Amino acid sequence: MKTRKSIDPFWWSLFGTGGVIAALCLPALLFLNGVAIPLGWIEAPSYEHVLTLVKNSLTRLFLFVVISLSLFHWAHRFRFTLYDGLQLKHLNQLIAVLCYGTAMIGTIASLYTLWGL
Amino acid sequence: MTINTQYTKFRPQRYQTRVPIFWWVHKWAHLRFITRELTSVFVAIYAFVLLFQLWALNQGAETYALFLAWLRTPISIGLHMVALLFVIFHSITWFNLAPKALVLRLGTKRVPDAVLIVLNYLAWGVLSVVIAWIMLKA
Repeated sequence: MKTRKSIDPFWWSLFGTGGVIAALCLPALLFLNGVAIPLGWIEAPSYEHVLTLVKNSLTRLFLFVVISLSLFHWAHRFRFTLYDGLQLKHLNQLIAVLCYGTAMIGTIASLYTLWGL
Repeated sequence: MTINTQYTKFRPQRYQTRVPIFWWVHKWAHLRFITRELTSVFVAIYAFVLLFQLWALNQGAETYALFLAWLRTPISIGLHMVALLFVIFHSITWFNLAPKALVLRLGTKRVPDAVLIVLNYLAWGVLSVVIAWIMLKA
């Protein structure tokens, strides 16, 4: 952890915050949206209800933070997994660009989607 | 910003022992470590699914209904169940490691690790209920 920190505290802080947000929020969102509602355990909220909900600024901000920071959490962690696990140290730069780049694209796409509603 | 850390710069070739690529499959602790790191893949995939759902919502009621229909397919439900296991594994490992990353003090006394961990799990529970309540209240 120490070496990671010294390499780039900025990415590490995004990784850390994203890790907390993902740990707290994703299981509930995933369970409800992807398992409980599709299986009919819980009645799906209506289109209008979801639309009204997402049009609320606080919901938008929440979803933006969840999506973007989850992606930056992945980017940093996955980068070092490839690094340590598969020893792709010679591809360091390429991997970093691909990982953080994907997170940035997702962030821009979520901004565009959420505020285009 | 320096991305390339020049790993081998201070490690002359003759001192390098070769580590096999799959070094982490032989020991349970290592395998668990890699599994923990790979939970992030499911975190990212779900972030994109969520984004896709918002996009469908944006397209109108019909597209959104199609998206919900796709969520009901057995493949989707199966994949979501697998992803759920990994995401929960992420939460558990993350909360259990929290005291190592964050040292809280009350006065001169350090807050015990167990207290921090319990607080994390409580926050997880409360937030999950709040999310469900906001999403589902009609």
